[in-house]
Amino acid sequence: MIDIAITHVFLISALLFCVGFIGVLARRNTLFMLMSLEVMLNAVGLAFVGAGSLWQQADGQIMFILILTLAAAEVAIGLALLIRMQHQRHNVDVDGLSKLRG
Amino acid sequence: MTLEWIFYFAAAIAFVASVKVVTGENAIHALLYLVVSLLAVAMCFYLLGAPFAAGLEVIVYAGAILVLFVFAVMMFDLQGDRQPAVFQQSWSATWLGPVALTFTLAILLTYILLNGTFDKGIEPGIVGAKQVGIALYGPYLLAVEIASFLLLAGLIAGYHFAKYSTQGEHR
Repeated sequence: MIDIAITHVFLISALLFCVGFIGVLARRNTLFMLMSLEVMLNAVGLAFVGAGSLWQQADGQIMFILILTLAAAEVAIGLALLIRMQHQRHNVDVDGLSKLRG
Repeated sequence: MTLEWIFYFAAAIAFVASVKVVTGENAIHALLYLVVSLLAVAMCFYLLGAPFAAGLEVIVYAGAILVLFVFAVMMFDLQGDRQPAVFQQSWSATWLGPVALTFTLAILLTYILLNGTFDKGIEPGIVGAKQVGIALYGPYLLAVEIASFLLLAGLIAGYHFAKYSTQGEHR
């Protein structure tokens, strides 16, 4: 639709991915780690859609749809685990999970 | 010419909102920033000539997945950073290592991308929903089936983990 160098799209995607990656590494709150994972998946989707738009093929958007499916399943399971964790431990600190037993 | 600037502006909004998500304190505020980030990326998709992906981003990502997040946070009180005192670290101890490592990674990625021989511009054109649908139910049919299995597994696992069980729970 517009004339953008594909390098810029990939740069934006890489920057967003790095921001999400910092979040996953630095935050110890599991909810924020899940949100950072969403940011990372979104950045990968941007790279796929940019590449698909570069070649004018539908494959990039199909990969984005598959990433969307993956994100939905991941969020469902992750939030269910978070609810269970809040119910048992009354916090969502990921460091507390190192003391799991049994 | 102006459409390019709209693209970069939306990308800047997505970046700032993502940074606010990662560094946020309040879970609900971070979730709303995440919605802003997703909408900005949907804008980028639309300007890249992928209106179907943009619509899916708004409807499924911002409209369904993030609403699931907000419901779970509000109903089950998954809030914020009430960290135990043992885990309280200084600002630099928490952020210095990850930011340094990831900054190195970002510099490497930028170097590779800027020095690559791949400098083709995006051709003007729209890949619409019709093309995506034909490809999705043609050569990618097996991937669609596998994705449905993934969603079924997510449904079952979500039900199993979040189910309120009265037996065998010791706090």
